[in-house]
Amino acid sequence: MIKCKTSKEIGGMGHSKKRKEDARFIQGKGNYVDDVKLPGMLYMDIVRSPYAYAKIKSIDATAALAIPGVVAVVTGKDLEKYGLHWMPTLMSDTQMVLPTDTVMYQAQEVAAVIATSRYLARDGKEAVMVDYEPMKPVMDPFKALDEDAPVLRSDQEGKTDNHIWHWEVGDKEKTANVFDNADVVVKQQMHIPRIHVASIETCGCVASYDKVTNHLTMYMTTQAPHAIRTVIALVAGHVGLTEEKIRVISPDIGGGFGGKVPVYPGYVIAIAVSFLTGAPIKWIEDRSENLQADSFARDYHITAEMAGTKDGKIQATRFKVLADHGYTDASANPSKFPTGLFSIGTGSYDYGAAYMEADAVYTNKPPGGVAYRCSFRVTEAVHAIERMTDMFAKKVGKDPAQLRMENFIKKEDFPWASPTGWSYDSGDYHAGLQKAMDAIDYHGLRKEQIEMRAEGKFLGIGISTFTEVVGAGPSQDFDILGIKMFDSAEIRVHPTGKAIARFGTKSQGQGHETTYAQIIAEELGIPMEHIQIEEGDTDTAPYGLGTYASRSTPTAGAAAAMAARKLRDKAKKIAAHLLEVSEQDLEWEPGKFFVKGAPEKSKTIQEIVFAAYTNHPEGMEGGFEATHYYDPPNLTFPSGAYICVVEVDAETCDIKVRRFVAIDDCGNIINPMIVQGQVHGGLTQGIAPAMYEELIYDDSGNILNGTFMDYLVPTAVESPSWETGHTVTPAPHHPIGAKGVGESPTVGAPPAIVNAIVDAVAHLGIKHLEIPVTPFKLFKELQNVGYFKKTT
Amino acid sequence: MTKKITLKINGAEHTMEVEPRMLLIHAIRENASLTGSHIGCDTSSCGACTVLIDGKSAKSCTILAVQAQGKEIATVEGLATAEGLHPIQEGFHLNHALHCGFCTPGLMMRAVELLEKNPNPTEDEIRWGISGNLCRCTGYNNIVSAIQWTSAKMQGKELPSTEPKFV
Ligand code: FES
Ligand code: FES
Repeated sequence: MIKCKTSKEIGGMGHSKKRKEDARFIQGKGNYVDDVKLPGMLYMDIVRSPYAYAKIKSIDATAALAIPGVVAVVTGKDLEKYGLHWMPTLMSDTQMVLPTDTVMYQAQEVAAVIATSRYLARDGKEAVMVDYEPMKPVMDPFKALDEDAPVLRSDQEGKTDNHIWHWEVGDKEKTANVFDNADVVVKQQMHIPRIHVASIETCGCVASYDKVTNHLTMYMTTQAPHAIRTVIALVAGHVGLTEEKIRVISPDIGGGFGGKVPVYPGYVIAIAVSFLTGAPIKWIEDRSENLQADSFARDYHITAEMAGTKDGKIQATRFKVLADHGYTDASANPSKFPTGLFSIGTGSYDYGAAYMEADAVYTNKPPGGVAYRCSFRVTEAVHAIERMTDMFAKKVGKDPAQLRMENFIKKEDFPWASPTGWSYDSGDYHAGLQKAMDAIDYHGLRKEQIEMRAEGKFLGIGISTFTEVVGAGPSQDFDILGIKMFDSAEIRVHPTGKAIARFGTKSQGQGHETTYAQIIAEELGIPMEHIQIEEGDTDTAPYGLGTYASRSTPTAGAAAAMAARKLRDKAKKIAAHLLEVSEQDLEWEPGKFFVKGAPEKSKTIQEIVFAAYTNHPEGMEGGFEATHYYDPPNLTFPSGAYICVVEVDAETCDIKVRRFVAIDDCGNIINPMIVQGQVHGGLTQGIAPAMYEELIYDDSGNILNGTFMDYLVPTAVESPSWETGHTVTPAPHHPIGAKGVGESPTVGAPPAIVNAIVDAVAHLGIKHLEIPVTPFKLFKELQNVGYFKKTT
Repeated sequence: MTKKITLKINGAEHTMEVEPRMLLIHAIRENASLTGSHIGCDTSSCGACTVLIDGKSAKSCTILAVQAQGKEIATVEGLATAEGLHPIQEGFHLNHALHCGFCTPGLMMRAVELLEKNPNPTEDEIRWGISGNLCRCTGYNNIVSAIQWTSAKMQGKELPSTEPKFV
């Protein structure tokens, strides 16, 4: 049970308050970007390349322009006149808005058609004739580094290969030494495939430039409206669109998961066309365009190694990564971290030597390296460490739960310095795993597994005990395009004691309108029902870097608490004045100050706020408002212990998740119901890449599953009934002790599932399976080890 | 080349000029300005556009507006009445069955028909019953609970707790 300091009526932290935002969504009154309709609005559709790599010989728009209602066709050459045909990515790489001569991946934007209706824009798109000269694309990232590979980014001066950057961390020599002298070494090559967030709402915008006032209003699906405003100003400042003339409005967002952080060419083209025509331009992607062209996640090829003693003590790890970034590095990582926070990959275990390196390459795939409910590469890292831990346990003949228990960092050893440079703030890994084992009856399952094997049936039990790293981030290390990654909150309390608070973040379903209100209710004692939360309008909200990477609670949530505390200090002064006592004589209980020893003498927060407008002490500023920009002193380190039980059909290789127990530790919990909801959703985006999702390309660069018919997003049938719970280890440096949770389950679930499937068939000689583990893949592996006879 | 049609949506008549190729979802969203039903795909896969046509759930991105003439169309906007929310709306809210809310209208319309046909579905029947609707946020657990809660409510049975359950 979570202990609450406030009454249910106030609804501070720990209460499972029902969500305030639901009312509009369940009545069809949400306001998503495609619901925005402005007078005189035109529609944009985009002509895309059928080839992965080709020269554009010509673009003929005559037939398109002959269609009544088609207003314009815009090409790269048109944008070039204004210097708008290129844009920076968030990683300081560059990306074409529209090409002038070459296309670099299939489904790349080639031209834009503007028309008076959605249907006419599509007609125009079909009528644009583009003549291409196809070239042989580079699809294999390993081959991209071959001497004779074509240099894809010939636009970059002096570029002689397809290598983007090299990154490394840890002590190479020390680690090599441990490996050379270790009893046991396990090594595995693994691929974390390219996947897509596929939020049910695709991306889109309505760009509306007012030629009279010289202002741009940009309604768009963005998780980071302020950062986007700055980027637009950087890209278009030279044509007069400076930052004060840009208003970005992020309306209701139909799921983000990181896919709505980047700036896509469609947004920029819409702005350019609106700027030139003065008409509002609506652009809404199709699902297929979204799957085929928007930034993808993952695509890491990892060689992972672990060294240890024969009695099961982990001593060192070494990871080598080849990162396929496609045509450009369009990740949304903090600038000093090209591999994001991959270096968390030493995991939850106590050992002192690690070395990791990564090289990134360009290929003819869509740009990115962005996100899938985890932008900062923690998923890739956790998959590697948790798979290796299981392989190591197998090799030394230990139960994987036992081996983990013996290697965990102990709770008294925090803060703990990791061999890759992190200072883990807190955790209690033993308690989490024990709780998960008890909940699922781990030892009972192991017995059942033996019995089932005797009958020729396969039961597998898989564990993942991960450490997450979120809340980017402390400004000495964390910035995007130079902008420090703090976040903000502004609270205004009205004379009658009701409040509005605004934030630099942007919910895409996380329930900020409820949880932020609960944080403020906790600090000020104003009932959360009376605190209205607003985000997503750069004209009104304080500056912030947005919502992704589980950063909202650790950064903006902290800012809310800090701003509220400023107000509570002010409230105390006013209460002392009203009660005619000194501040030291006052005590706080949620909702009021009272005189120590005389609790009948008290002033409620509502009375105090009213006084701030009607009767404030002399010399004090009137009103009741505060703003805070929170710069975290450290990241937060949520953790989890997940156990998955699978049954594998020995004949069809069908894989069924029988049970999945997830114990998360995200520190103090603001709203248990919402945290649980986040975990359910995250786990489903964990089983998805583990068993179902992968974007597949052929050698010619064609995407083979770029629609919802072929890309398998789990339905209610594929998703198991999740069982969740928690341990609570507050973040010691965080104002409310919270750590963030949105991404933990997506990070932690895949290795638990894969470890379970491997465990189910380990007795047949299978050591590793690549994700997504499909029945067919499993069938082939079982064939390889001689379980099924080969038929050919 | 347009055609004048009248669509009956949530009991109200909407007369509009449409091209014969216009999809019903566009007519509902743009011509009738009822934007509660959404578009999540271009392959009839996601169910975000689900409405009821003569009481049957249908993906309105897969039907032409002209085909829907003369039929009773029901969308999310018609669920609540003067007496208050429809039980399915309460069920979704109380069981935290929505995050971003984009899939929600379609899922609720689908659930309304499901419960009409099978007032007391098992968990398995619910999961298969909503398998034409994708939700990327919730992981479906709470959608299942919401439909179970609504089933109890509509039959006047004892209501299951809506507090989250933890192991
Ligand atoms: S919009 Fe996806 S099924 Fe209709
Ligand atoms: S609540 Fe976001 S897609 Fe279902």
